[in-house]
Amino acid sequence: MGDPTTLDTDASTNGSGDYERATASAEEDTTVGITDALTGIAGGLTGRLAGAGRALASTVGNRFAGALHADLDERDPDYIRANLPTLWLATSIWFRGEVRNLGNIPEDRPVLLVGNHSGGNLTPDTHLLTLAFYTYFGVERAFYQLAHNLVLASPFGPILRRYGTVAASHEHAQQALREGAALLVYPGGDWEVHRPTWEGGKVDFGGRKGFIRLALNEGVPIVPVVSAGGQETALVLSRGDWLARLLLLDKLFRLKVLPLTVAPPWGLSVGDFLPRIPFPAKLTIEVLPPIELTEQFGEDPDVDEVYEHVTRKMQETLDSLYAERRYPVIG
Amino acid sequence: MRLKESIVVSASPEQVWDYLEDPANWLHFMSGVTRWEVRGDTPSGLGARYRMLIKVGSAEVGGLVEMVEWDRPRDLAWNSVTGVDQRGRFRLREVDEHRTRVELRYSYGIAGSGIPGLISEWVSAPTISSHLRRSLHQLKRQVEHEKLRAEAARRRAEREAATTA
Repeated sequence: MGDPTTLDTDASTNGSGDYERATASAEEDTTVGITDALTGIAGGLTGRLAGAGRALASTVGNRFAGALHADLDERDPDYIRANLPTLWLATSIWFRGEVRNLGNIPEDRPVLLVGNHSGGNLTPDTHLLTLAFYTYFGVERAFYQLAHNLVLASPFGPILRRYGTVAASHEHAQQALREGAALLVYPGGDWEVHRPTWEGGKVDFGGRKGFIRLALNEGVPIVPVVSAGGQETALVLSRGDWLARLLLLDKLFRLKVLPLTVAPPWGLSVGDFLPRIPFPAKLTIEVLPPIELTEQFGEDPDVDEVYEHVTRKMQETLDSLYAERRYPVIG
Repeated sequence: MRLKESIVVSASPEQVWDYLEDPANWLHFMSGVTRWEVRGDTPSGLGARYRMLIKVGSAEVGGLVEMVEWDRPRDLAWNSVTGVDQRGRFRLREVDEHRTRVELRYSYGIAGSGIPGLISEWVSAPTISSHLRRSLHQLKRQVEHEKLRAEAARRRAEREAATTA
């Protein structure tokens, strides 16, 4: 659920799950970032504004610290089960969802599910996959999703945690896999999920390869999960990465983008933070066969080679899923 | 949600039951069912457990079920152990010497799911009903086909016996 995200270098540094270190790091970064910004923009007017910035940074830092502190026990099978009908109604009626080949996910061992990410902050494809996973394997099977810190710090955070969403960090990922769970990551994260709508047929992990090292370290197979149609549920005009850099959001919140989106009923939205009505695009998800890294790439796999293999397989599948679609949104 | 469909099969209750008691046949005649796997040491009979999934809307829904009634050749019922709450029953009743009325009853839902649960039951009911109807039609076709094959095999054996004599 939510916005399962990447396991890139930044995530491993900033989202390590170490409560105290994360808090200190967030406060330090935000204080320095805001002071620098104000110095650059308004010259000597740093005094009062910087004070406000520090207060904001402290508040946000505390909120982040809470979000980063994740207990895998917060996943609540009874809550998930009771809410499956809501997910089923949304994904069946509004998105006409279809999930193929869930049987490719190994049943009785930990597994790393790697998906392409679409649909802006609403991530409808994640909701569909979550529903399909839990109805197929049962709510008893542990299933976790890595999410961006901002998602877990949002008002939806407590709900998402009950579905098994945890802050993206190597510590959480390792913990989940070592407990035998299925773990969903979206290496493309916020970069991919906010790509312009006309790039919906493109797998774009932005060169993030942390998921491969995770799978190698934990000895688990990678199962690619390819979804089509998600980017048609939102009309994203631009990632707004230049805007995010200008506002120092990458340093403050690990946000690489600040997308410009047409968001019904609001009109143009900056940041995709407002709840919006998604377009009822047909969603199709295909689960590919598991990739056993050491079996297919030898005892010491080359990360770049694996990355190319995984993204190529996913891109080929996404191409064929889009070839089935005749019209945008309608499918 | 409780649903019920029935059909008359041109076969005896025993012949229908013989077909039903083999779990390998269920994937052939149960419409919409994508999995019907034996779980545990008992492949059929009272207490036998199966993992079943049925495609409804955007998901394959089901879970672990257990046979809770096994009254040959009259009633066969199962109940859910995990997954969606469900209860199903095949009820076989003799119409005359060569025909059997087969009734398939099915109830399902998720306890505690509130209004969305009720709405989803209502929305999915036409699909499930259609699956039940088609399942009974496929069951009738399969059982009557098996009956014909058995009779043909018997006639062939008689002819061969007559020729040998």
